[in-house]
Amino acid sequence: MAVAAPPIRILIGKVGLDGHDRGVKLIARALRDAGTEVIYTGLHQTPEQVVSTAIQEDVDAIGLSILSGAHNTLFRRVLELLKEQGAGDIVLFGGGIIPDEDLLALKTAGVKALFGPGAPMNEIVDFVKGLRS
Amino acid sequence: MQERKPRFTSLSGLEINRVYSRDDLNGWSPENDLGAPGEFPYTRGVYPTMYRSRLWTMRQFAGFGSADDTNRRFKYLLQHGQIGLSVAFDMPTLMGIDADDVRAHGEVGRCGVAISSLADMDRLFEDIPLDQVTTSMTINGPAAVIFAMYLAVAEKRGISVERVGGTLQNDILKEYIAQKEWLFPPEPSLRLITDTIAYCAKQVPKWHPVSISGYHIREAGSTAVQELAFTLYDGLTYVEAAVKAGLAVDSFAPQLSFFFNVHNDLFEEIAKFRAARRLWAREMEHRHHPKDPRSLQLRCHAQTAGCSLTAQQPMNNVVRTTLQALAAVLGGTQSLHTNSMDETLALPTEEAVKLALRTQQIIAHETEITNSIDPLGGSYHVESLTNRLEEGARDYFRRLDEMGGMVNAIQRGFPQRELLDASQRYQREIERKERIVVGVSDYVEPEERHIPTLKIGPEVEQEQIARLSDLRKSRDPFKMAGVLEELQEAASCSENVMPYLIEAVKAKATLGEICAAFTEVFGTYREPVVL
Repeated sequence: MAVAAPPIRILIGKVGLDGHDRGVKLIARALRDAGTEVIYTGLHQTPEQVVSTAIQEDVDAIGLSILSGAHNTLFRRVLELLKEQGAGDIVLFGGGIIPDEDLLALKTAGVKALFGPGAPMNEIVDFVKGLRS
Repeated sequence: MQERKPRFTSLSGLEINRVYSRDDLNGWSPENDLGAPGEFPYTRGVYPTMYRSRLWTMRQFAGFGSADDTNRRFKYLLQHGQIGLSVAFDMPTLMGIDADDVRAHGEVGRCGVAISSLADMDRLFEDIPLDQVTTSMTINGPAAVIFAMYLAVAEKRGISVERVGGTLQNDILKEYIAQKEWLFPPEPSLRLITDTIAYCAKQVPKWHPVSISGYHIREAGSTAVQELAFTLYDGLTYVEAAVKAGLAVDSFAPQLSFFFNVHNDLFEEIAKFRAARRLWAREMEHRHHPKDPRSLQLRCHAQTAGCSLTAQQPMNNVVRTTLQALAAVLGGTQSLHTNSMDETLALPTEEAVKLALRTQQIIAHETEITNSIDPLGGSYHVESLTNRLEEGARDYFRRLDEMGGMVNAIQRGFPQRELLDASQRYQREIERKERIVVGVSDYVEPEERHIPTLKIGPEVEQEQIARLSDLRKSRDPFKMAGVLEELQEAASCSENVMPYLIEAVKAKATLGEICAAFTEVFGTYREPVVL
């Protein structure tokens, strides 16, 4: 008998000092509506808190929103911590106001996907659904 | 003939009829609901001559990198005909954190200017005559501290604070609702705001101690009605707090100001400004019975809607901003910021911000729309929309009154949930193509053209940390400890903290140290998570 695969678990959060949470909440709702288990961290999380929650909650991926310009520092720190704690299999993706050259560098560093302003919601949902395939 | 859509709605979802006539204004009378410019209920404007006497203040919000970087940008804007200054602070400053705090790592100077001490504030305004410009400062949690720094700089230059004019945003309620930059729980935050209101009423008569802001509420996804309702209700909450603290309403209410968003729906936005003035006048009259008519007048700043801009085909943003600016002027704003076309990509370049300023200058000097006051007054459509916006806001007022006021409503997550639901509705309308966003949902171009953007290097953070380190070595530690202790004592009782803050910044206490001292007394805030 086939056993249904457990739903994808995603940690969605805001790191750093930035409080702009309109986008991140809409994405959390859209993923939840699409059948994903969403753990929303709330605001003002440190990279350490995010990684520790991600490991405790055994998530497939972490999605972070940063609109304050601190993306270079914060995404890299999360990647670093994931590796240090042996959780390099957890996928990191994100969104925000990220200039093209930073986008490329962050993807090379290991951020799986970055969604900019105006990215269609279904593109993000499809990306998350595709994580298991 | 077949119409394009089964239903036509405003951007905020109000159903719009094919045509409006006298039948849509039942019960409306020009005497009660319109009045003359400069007269109750101020629907047509707060001044009898409006732009025929004085144009609005062109005030571009600016700040990035170090105090010196932003000082250069201020001078550039003043050279190109801007009249008022408006400071954008970086995230650590907005959160009351020094640049050398671990939580500030990567954020210093990124989305505004880094100000950690009185010395930074002094450099920010170097060679700028503080008695000749007016300065708006967009800061909330630590607003009183930043205000103390500004006043101390004026004092150092021999300018009496009586002659200093400007605006402090200092609106914490909309932070809990929308922008989420808070330091302390609501009660002590309201007390700090009341302290600045009381201090300005006595000492700094040309200053607006609070700019009650709908801008961020709208950016977080609200409708026009919600923006109007929550903003004005926040304003009433501040008035109530100040009256409770023993201030006479006429001693401070004329110094309050407002700040609205101006979005894409031209007529809805014009109606919003008109409804705001009428609703504020009526509610202040009804709730507080002021004797000074200025206590009834809603004066405001406006900013074009950042959330309406697109990263795709950024030149289109110039057109969006122009139309939004037109609505703000037709709505009778006292001050205006026009967004630059590159602001979905980064903070604006000099060229982009100059074009945004020129947009205002063209509206002011070439369109002739400033000749006659409230030119759309009496339009069946605009008057009907004005009525509906006022009624919609009143419905929210009743619900908020029933909940026991805004602080209780925030603790229950009510305005937060209303905003989230509204922004989700809007997002779905775009996804279902019920609304078109040019260049994003339609008229998409496969190859995007790139425009130059402003870069902020990592050296900004390193230099700011070095400056702080020098500052900490240069001061008298005993004096510092003394002023912070006195500040905490004042904060623990009901004494006005402003004089103590001015002493603390003069003794070179940093923003982070002062906010940490406050936190020991006031505690911190945890928001109810609404999803």
